[in-house]
Amino acid sequence: MNNFEPKIVGFLCNWCSYRGADLAGTSRLTYAPNLRVIRVMCSGRIEPLFVIKAFKEGADGVLICGCHPGDCHYSEGNYKVMRRVPPLKKMLEQFGIEPERLRVEWVSAAEGERFAEIVNDFTRKISELGPIK
Amino acid sequence: MAKLKFAFYWAATCGGCEEAVVDINEKILDVVNLADIVFWPVALDFKYSHIKAMEDKSIDVCFFNGAIRNEENEQMACLLRQKTRVMVAFGACACFGGIPGLANFTNAEAIFKRVYQETPSTHNPEAVVPQEDFETEEGRLNLPRFYDTVKRLRDVIEVEYFLPGCPPPAELILAAVTAIAENKLPPVGATIAGAKTLCDECDREKDKKVVTEFKRPYEIIPDTRKCLLEQGIICAGPATRAGCGQRCINANMGCRGCFGPPEGVIDQGAALLSALSSICEIKDESELKKIKPLILDPAGLVYRFSLPDSLLKSKRSVISG
Repeated sequence: MNNFEPKIVGFLCNWCSYRGADLAGTSRLTYAPNLRVIRVMCSGRIEPLFVIKAFKEGADGVLICGCHPGDCHYSEGNYKVMRRVPPLKKMLEQFGIEPERLRVEWVSAAEGERFAEIVNDFTRKISELGPIK
Repeated sequence: MAKLKFAFYWAATCGGCEEAVVDINEKILDVVNLADIVFWPVALDFKYSHIKAMEDKSIDVCFFNGAIRNEENEQMACLLRQKTRVMVAFGACACFGGIPGLANFTNAEAIFKRVYQETPSTHNPEAVVPQEDFETEEGRLNLPRFYDTVKRLRDVIEVEYFLPGCPPPAELILAAVTAIAENKLPPVGATIAGAKTLCDECDREKDKKVVTEFKRPYEIIPDTRKCLLEQGIICAGPATRAGCGQRCINANMGCRGCFGPPEGVIDQGAALLSALSSICEIKDESELKKIKPLILDPAGLVYRFSLPDSLLKSKRSVISG
């Protein structure tokens, strides 16, 4: 689909990834505008329910970003989300939602450029997948 | 005071809920002293016409077990609603869809194909499947329409109370009947069980919720005093309503979740998946094999009794109807 602009919900942790996104902005980087950012204090706050609800409300993709493993502001929050995602992806597949629509990336506060690349890449991949059923 | 009028009905169910009614043993005599059973197809001979002939709202309480799988289930639910003052969703299937609700990962067409053609013991070269309308010499035959998805009772009619469990334990059934007799029913919409989680009332010793690896039940003889989850046995206690009397826990088995979500939880499966996966000690994605029992069939595991009660309700390609 040529005119399809995917809606992507992004859950970003306050301490690393949201700062990374901020850096992308203050650095005047241009990247895909498809991401709707929701800031959470820690990626460990992100429950499977949040992701399921996003898809139910019509999101075409969900991006979860947290601190790099070992760098969590709360020591271990990002490990929690790391553990939740593989069974959640499998479960989404069982519900007929392509697991590729959910993506986890570790983005530090210094990685503004990398954040922009991730958003561009994810937006392109979701565009290829098309709208959610 | 005139005797109360009770009705029992079963829709898409295994019959275990009917067993549970009989399992109150001699207490059934108290129930019969209290109420006349005016409709109970599993035990006594009734016809649709008998219930249609009753006056509206003439049944005091209807205990409805089973999910809504086909047109007949829905018609009976609507008819009983019309005749009943207090409707009780009885058992996990009526409350949340239950085991039949797992069929929402597929649809009517696929189920018919599997059952009437693909199963190894089936010999059906002409691919004969049940038809809704069929013309015979004796006349026209009708079968109720088989829906694509399984629904909860509350998806088709208004329900006053919920009595969960697979099946509901005798103590809760008696508690409900006593509450009705004494006119001490909770507010409409209440679930007649605990409000918190099963973990909250579980007597086992709990230490630190860290699991190094999940085990299948045959791989371990669990300690009868310690938390099953901490021993690596999958237990739905963290995301399941209390009030069952810990039947499975006392038998040294993990909870399977038949009491549905506790008060305030929207989606039992999502909550359980979150709880189970978070406690498994993994700090590297290469160690994911430790949560293998969770990866094999997560949806079937966490939504064992509550798929039609979940946010997504069914597989996305399945058309609701």
